[in-house]
Amino acid sequence: MSELNELYQQLILEHNKSPRNFKELEHFTNDADGYNPLCGDHYHIWLKLDGDIISDIGFKGSGCAISKSSASMMTAAVKGTTIANAKELFEKFHSVIMTKIGDEIPEEKIEELGSLGALAGVREFPARIKCASLAWHALIAALINPKQTVSTEQ
Amino acid sequence: MSQLETQISFDVTTLRKDFPILSTTVYGKPLVYLDNAATTQKPNAVLDIQNIYYREQNSNIHRGVHHLSEVATFEYEKARGKVKNFINAADNKEVIFTKGTTDSINLVAQSFGKTFLNAGDEVIISTMEHHSNIVPWQMICEEQNANLRIIPMNDDGELVIEEFEKLLSPKTKIVSVVYISNSIGTINPIKQIIELAHRNGSTVLIDGAQAVAHIPVDVRALDCDFFAFSGHKIFGPTGIGVLYGKAALLDQMKPYQGGGDMIRSVTFEKTTYNDLPYKFEAGTPNIVGGIGLGAAIDYVNIIGLNAISRYEHELLEYGTEILSHVSGLRLIGTAKSKASILSFVLDNAHPHDIGTILDREGIAIRTGHHCTQPVMKRFGIPATARASISFYNTKEELDALVRGIAKVSEIFG
Repeated sequence: MSELNELYQQLILEHNKSPRNFKELEHFTNDADGYNPLCGDHYHIWLKLDGDIISDIGFKGSGCAISKSSASMMTAAVKGTTIANAKELFEKFHSVIMTKIGDEIPEEKIEELGSLGALAGVREFPARIKCASLAWHALIAALINPKQTVSTEQ
Repeated sequence: MSQLETQISFDVTTLRKDFPILSTTVYGKPLVYLDNAATTQKPNAVLDIQNIYYREQNSNIHRGVHHLSEVATFEYEKARGKVKNFINAADNKEVIFTKGTTDSINLVAQSFGKTFLNAGDEVIISTMEHHSNIVPWQMICEEQNANLRIIPMNDDGELVIEEFEKLLSPKTKIVSVVYISNSIGTINPIKQIIELAHRNGSTVLIDGAQAVAHIPVDVRALDCDFFAFSGHKIFGPTGIGVLYGKAALLDQMKPYQGGGDMIRSVTFEKTTYNDLPYKFEAGTPNIVGGIGLGAAIDYVNIIGLNAISRYEHELLEYGTEILSHVSGLRLIGTAKSKASILSFVLDNAHPHDIGTILDREGIAIRTGHHCTQPVMKRFGIPATARASISFYNTKEELDALVRGIAKVSEIFG
């Protein structure tokens, strides 16, 4: 049960129950879909970029506790930060959850992830790693996907 | 038959010993395998015959004059005969070996479609089809400018036959429906569907992937034109399947794939095709798969599908009963006529989380949309957790499932 307890920590269950930034942005500059066709988890992410700052972020959709809490924590972690910082955080997060079962993860690597470190336990569940990274992939996709402005003027 | 008699004639403890995998452990817990709609486990008879084949008989078929080739050909064709008897086809030539149900349906969609489907014609399928009985038809309809029509289903997960009758028209060339739903377990009234379609002059394909391991199938009594199933869902190997087709129809249809074995003579000017069933079996087939499927059929015949069906129904009723007492659990698929599939959702946990937690208890179930996204859409849910039962499962295993679900509720509160 210990690995399960590590996977479904209180923080994760709490984010699953009350996800942060779980809203559609009215004014956004970028957006993207995150979809896992194999399991059906589906989220949409909206960003408001001011220069290279992610000044607002929102997400909606449905999926398992891991994907939803990961999306919630991700939005909380990148809101107000720079694009470069967000990408760097993703790299760090990715390297932690992709650590091979049995390999030691240095304490400081988990600490620098802040609350996202709670998801480190997912590496014990290879089938669920995709759930934890889904929202991040949507974020990266959104960063390179500016809103298509529709104009009535040609 | 009384319950006592069922228990006497159905000795599940002894039968389980035929399946080596059923005595293994997962995370230190005895394996509780409840993912039989995805694939079934293999009895020793199937495992052994494949080993014997590769050790003592391996050769290519239909082409060698040497001893081994004759033995391999004999064994492979003997397996075809077993399939023929198992589904009561009229002739061996009506039994085409394929890669599986998906391959069988693609064969019909492409070959029947290119022979008989014209612009403006219609193909009827149903809301509860597996993607493998949707996408091949979408592809051929697009190619031939034909249209796809869908039989709706009600809130219990039963097809609405009156609506099906309304869809039938002179434009309906083929009706392709599933016998038993893989995601919600509904047993469709296919005899009635076939009769209605035939009265309308339409051809019928039955997707029997979930049927063959659970209920007796007689293709001539059903009078279906095509019947597709997979070996691995009936305790046989993966990569082997069957397409049954009425010879009169198959004879008219164009070949599906070209290559060796499906020809009579080849020149650069013209190729004449081989007779049935070889016309549809291009290339070296899955010989050991066919032989393994034959062994699986022998095995099922010894137990008897009537006995299997009775016992599984008992398990289904027991499982339905104990799951109905789990608070926050909703069964998806409550058809009156149902096979041994228990699809459900929980108020407080997503199916994937249920699947992960059960897995650590040694319980294997399937979670997700089960390749039936339109079914999920119909019920307004993204996914379900699905426990699918086989004759080697027990009431104790279903109790373990309920205990596992209690752990889910413990974590998710």
